[in-house]
Amino acid sequence: MREFAYQRTTQIRDALSSVARHDGARFLAGGTNLVDLMKAGVESPARLVDIRSLALGGISESPDGGLVLGATATNSAVAADPLVRRRYPALSQAILAGASGQLRNMATVGGNLLQRTRCAYFADPSEPCNKRAPGSGCSALGGAHHNHAILGWTEHCVATHPSDMAVPLTAFDAVVRYETLDGPGEVPLSEFYLPVGDRPDRETALPDRALITAVVVPAAEVAGKSRYRKVRERASYAFATVSVAAALDVQDGVVRDVRLALGGVASRPWRARLAESALRGGPVTAERISAAADLEVAAAEPLRDNGYKVTLARNLIEAVLTDLAASSGAASGGAAGNGAAGAGEESDG
Amino acid sequence: MTDDTRSDISLRVNDATYQLAVDNRRTLLDALRDDLSLTGTKKGCDHGQCGACTVLLDGDRVVSCLTLAVVADGADVTTIEGLAGGGELRPIQEAFIRLDGFQCGFCTPGQICSAVGMLAEHAAGWPSAVTRDDSPERTPELSEEEVRERMSGNLCRCGAYPSIVRAILETSVREAVSK
Ligand SMILES: Cc1cc2nc3c(=O)[nH]c(=O)nc-3n(C[C@H](O)[C@H](O)[C@H](O)COP(=O)(O)OP(=O)(O)OC[C@H]3O[C@@H](n4cnc5c(N)ncnc54)[C@H](O)[C@@H]3O)c2cc1C
Ligand code: SF4
Ligand code: FES
Ligand code: FES
Repeated sequence: MREFAYQRTTQIRDALSSVARHDGARFLAGGTNLVDLMKAGVESPARLVDIRSLALGGISESPDGGLVLGATATNSAVAADPLVRRRYPALSQAILAGASGQLRNMATVGGNLLQRTRCAYFADPSEPCNKRAPGSGCSALGGAHHNHAILGWTEHCVATHPSDMAVPLTAFDAVVRYETLDGPGEVPLSEFYLPVGDRPDRETALPDRALITAVVVPAAEVAGKSRYRKVRERASYAFATVSVAAALDVQDGVVRDVRLALGGVASRPWRARLAESALRGGPVTAERISAAADLEVAAAEPLRDNGYKVTLARNLIEAVLTDLAASSGAASGGAAGNGAAGAGEESDG
Repeated sequence: MTDDTRSDISLRVNDATYQLAVDNRRTLLDALRDDLSLTGTKKGCDHGQCGACTVLLDGDRVVSCLTLAVVADGADVTTIEGLAGGGELRPIQEAFIRLDGFQCGFCTPGQICSAVGMLAEHAAGWPSAVTRDDSPERTPELSEEEVRERMSGNLCRCGAYPSIVRAILETSVREAVSK
């Protein structure tokens, strides 16, 4: 590991100007990703600016009835928060489905969004990887990629984004708030992660050296009836092969609102807008749920060894929506059963 | 080596205060083991994946292999050496011994520190991924399934899981009775 300077800050302004002033300086939050990657030689900051003493750890209600999650609130604190559990249950479930109790006590909201991919080649500096070393090639494209992307990839990178938390946040139209030396700004999570293109090393729309201060989740009645379901290779403490965050609001048998996002399938949480619009405004039946799931995965382009994810994603969408429809007492046409989730060890979120 | 790559820190470990000069790269795990000779805390994977290095940092369970020592400056650390007080084992330690909660023992300090943190999280009403009624009004009952999920960050190569779960469940029942 390269030597580095360390400093703790209590003022946002100091944190920003320190990172601006020192080349190679980085913010340190929980450290669960950054310290790990420093050990692997993937990251080599010259200075760590510890942001955990900034007053950004709060979780509060916004004036419109939504939520403001402070950037340094721990994953544990967000998952246990009564407002989160009552109004956005899929968010609590997604966080609890990720990592371990110890790691969630350390990991933060901002760090979770900015964690890097778990592609094994990315973590190994002896292998070519466009994300880590632009222009060196993508080892996963023709290599071990059974857990890589089926949507939105390019030949430059086929990695997935590993965050569980970001999946329901995407479904709920969350907005990332940040601070720079030139003033504050915000970007919707749906535009936060950049398309892969030919520069997979450029991952987010966050301005250079900006500090995430909060994630704002708008009020949404539908989110009160939401679920997160994650399929992985063991029952707990593993990253998703595919996951789904879904919310469904049914009134008089008609879908008033629906939210759907997938994890583990692309370089960013995948908002399933095709399936959403196929369902919105119409009756909730088994046939329509099934057709919506088919529609969403029709655009998938699996790699040599991950075609199983297409089936899995399709069946997960169907299963979670069917469950939600059943619990709202609105399912008809045999939709009330528990759909098959496909291959793989499964654990409910 | 320039000066700003090292730091003078103060760690409170098991109620004793230590002043240390550390390289900023030092993890809390290495500081405990190599600088303070508190070798009860184990290094398994060194990447946050096994839980062997679990300690309590200001009361919360964390992995000390991904915690920099300099980050713990001023914090309260409890390791396996600090759990027993006045020559008496904690109920959880005693239960691990009586119910065979280990074979080789390598994962045990991490399991026990993790269990102490986990029981406090449960007592605070935190849900887990297997909590079915996750409404905030109810404290979930601590079933075997709950213990397995909440302890999934601690691996045991010997597969002593059934007796680890038993020791933890028994301790939680006893603590509930003695309240
Ligand atoms: C063994 C293991 C298993 C895991 N399993 C899962 C899982 O199943 N699901 C899942 O979702 N995650 C999982 N994780 C990942 C974990 O959730 C992330 O590592 C964690 O959320 C990162 O948060 P942090 O605060 O520790 O970030 P850090 O490691 O401190 O930082 C990560 C990055 O974000 C930057 N950063 C942090 N905060 C800010 C800010 N406020 N503004 C600007 N930049 C910032 C840092 O500079 C750094 O580049 C796992 C991790 C491990 C080690
Ligand atoms: S998939 Fe992306 S992260 Fe993995 S080797 Fe290819 S370029 Fe690197
Ligand atoms: S040694 Fe820290 S988690 Fe394995
Ligand atoms: S007792 Fe041997 S690793 Fe757990």
